[in-house]
Amino acid sequence: MVVKVQDVKKKFHGGAVVDGISIEVEEGDLVALIGPSGCGKSTLLRCINGLETLDSGSVQVFQNTLKSPKEIGQKEFQKRAQAVRQQVGMVFQSFNLFPHLSVLENIMKSPRVVRGVSAAQAEKEAEEVLHKVGLSEKADHYPSQLSGGQQQRAAIARALAMSPKVLLYDEPTSALDPTLVNEVLRVMKQLDQEGMTQIVVTHEMRFARDVADRIVFIEGGHIVEMGPPQQIFGNPQNERTRAFLGNFL
Amino acid sequence: MKFLIATLLSSALISPVFFAPAAVASEPLRWGADIESGAPYSYKSTDDPNKIIGFEADIVEALAHELGMEAQFVQNKWEGLIEGLKRKDYDIVVNGLEITPDRAQEVDFSQPYYLTSETLAVRRSTDGITQLENLRGRRVGTLEASLAQRILQALTYPVEIVPYSEEVHAYGDLALGRVDAVLLDEPIALYYAKPNPELKLVGAPIGHLEYGIAMRKGEVFNRKLDEALGKLKRNGTLRAILERWNLWNPMTADAWGMDPIRRSAPVAYEKYLQTAWKKNSWTEKWDLYISFLPLLARGAFMTLQISMFSMALAMVVGLLTALVRLYGPRPTAWLAMAFVEVWRGTPLLIQLFLIFYGLPHLGIRLDPFTAAVLGLGLNYSACEAENYRAGILSIPKSQMEASQALGMSWGQSLKHIILPQAIRVVIPPVTNDFIALLKDSSLVSVISMVELTTIYGQLASAHFDYLGIGLLTAAIYFLIGLPFVRLSRYFESQLDTSILKPRANGWGPVPEALRGMFTWR
Repeated sequence: MVVKVQDVKKKFHGGAVVDGISIEVEEGDLVALIGPSGCGKSTLLRCINGLETLDSGSVQVFQNTLKSPKEIGQKEFQKRAQAVRQQVGMVFQSFNLFPHLSVLENIMKSPRVVRGVSAAQAEKEAEEVLHKVGLSEKADHYPSQLSGGQQQRAAIARALAMSPKVLLYDEPTSALDPTLVNEVLRVMKQLDQEGMTQIVVTHEMRFARDVADRIVFIEGGHIVEMGPPQQIFGNPQNERTRAFLGNFL
Repeated sequence: MKFLIATLLSSALISPVFFAPAAVASEPLRWGADIESGAPYSYKSTDDPNKIIGFEADIVEALAHELGMEAQFVQNKWEGLIEGLKRKDYDIVVNGLEITPDRAQEVDFSQPYYLTSETLAVRRSTDGITQLENLRGRRVGTLEASLAQRILQALTYPVEIVPYSEEVHAYGDLALGRVDAVLLDEPIALYYAKPNPELKLVGAPIGHLEYGIAMRKGEVFNRKLDEALGKLKRNGTLRAILERWNLWNPMTADAWGMDPIRRSAPVAYEKYLQTAWKKNSWTEKWDLYISFLPLLARGAFMTLQISMFSMALAMVVGLLTALVRLYGPRPTAWLAMAFVEVWRGTPLLIQLFLIFYGLPHLGIRLDPFTAAVLGLGLNYSACEAENYRAGILSIPKSQMEASQALGMSWGQSLKHIILPQAIRVVIPPVTNDFIALLKDSSLVSVISMVELTTIYGQLASAHFDYLGIGLLTAAIYFLIGLPFVRLSRYFESQLDTSILKPRANGWGPVPEALRGMFTWR
């Protein structure tokens, strides 16, 4: 087991956004979290690497366990969250590349700062991951000079440079022009084939159906239905799953 | 005996005289004055701008000679002369200081070294103004906080009083018709109104005032100085000086039991008329301006020095304040906010006065340069803190999330991701503030710093040339600021990420040392 989410609850301004969710992710899995907007799937994802604190429950990533700061203290939470982030990379809807750094520097920055890797070594590794996402020729460009699809691939490369065991994606293609979506999905598919563990919040149903090992349908902060794509897309057990997927088919 | 020798040796070692240049064997007589107040008191010689002349400079010289001391001049603004005396920046003030009961509570006064009165000046074409009664309903110019002003205020009938800070401007406005008459001390009228062909002095002397030397209260030295002054009075030295400057008058003669008729020629007065009132041709003016350049350059260098140190302080303190205010725990964040509001919300001039003249009352005595840098630096740090805060807040929160998601700690994210971006945003407002600081630094002349504006005032008042010297000084300020404006443009263009840069150096050809300031690698 790589990631174990246990009865996680999170409230914003009194309203529950994540209301008791448990998921287990095996190594090499690609798990797709789907559901209507505001259902809590993005918040759940951000709880996994500690960008959001949890109110109760726990998230276990390898040997590190995140719990509510009320339980373990704010300092301890931040310490554990930072440890979790060493093994878990994240890709954002709006890319969040560093605009003042070139693509190459974006990728080199974290290994240099966090791991103290030498400049030469960091550059070599950066070039490798850039090659993997097919952006070698854009190394010296600044983020603002790239298309959305290229920026998102650069962001994936940036996450990969830290050699994560797990990658989290928060609607990675939602901000993209439809013609640019596939170049990003292709990279994710390739990583899946190489055995990367990935948890993806997405509205790309075709991608989820074709590539995911498991689909988790979330609504109102609860898991409504969870299972292999054949079951969710081919024979949904729950009325609400059917209604949601009806919007896409 | 051994003990005595040891004491003498050690006192010689620690005494400042020991370290002074060998030429100054005698103790210094440090006297404070504002040479911007001009002729005939103390002013820059038009022959040699490094030399200070005037009837008061002559009196101090004679006193020093009498006491076996070395006269040492200390410049300070007129408003700060008494406070500077209390701070022990100098030991006496000789600058047309009238003996009044108010001042006598603050300082000890010597016996008067000159007695004089107020004199009315009007335009040559004006008839019917010869005495105070004729001023009813008129506009009358005078100097701020002078006896003349108090005389005018005490009048029982309405007079519109126009107070000036410079006698030159009062008489200038009189000639231009902006005021109907000017009432000022006789020596001033003699030097600034009488030589002017458009003006005339009218009526009998008005009132009575005595100039005295101000000294710190209760010093043993005061008695010695007063005795020396008395001796110079009796042996005719003072009279000779006053005659040389055309200031010998019946009032003083009467008080000292001497003959009011002048015995010697007013050579210094005539020299003054020839030089200060001379209409210079353009080529002569040009030569004059060239001769001012070394002095102005010295002032400009001081201005630049103060400004750069102040700005460095402002940037460091400002950044710390902004960080504490944004990210510190509640009480310290509140303190940082209070710091900004207090320093930003109170006038720089008052801050400077408090630091320089106020702190010594609490036992903290700063030298003028430190006080100037501290005052300007802290005042501007409040502005810089707000610049940085705005810059940091302009960086989206998602940048912090992205860098933390990559494993960086909060501090690493701030240092490597947030601040470098914020700095790009704040370069224009910080440059703007530096230029503003450069100009605001002229305020430190009130705490006895001699910088560019001080030099300008001294030269302009000595030569009656506010236009030419003013333009020259303004041009120097502009030129000092220019390189910094260019430098900031350069950094802005270097930090612009919309253009492609050469490999492995996203910053372009920025010198390595400068790069370090902005990249935190």
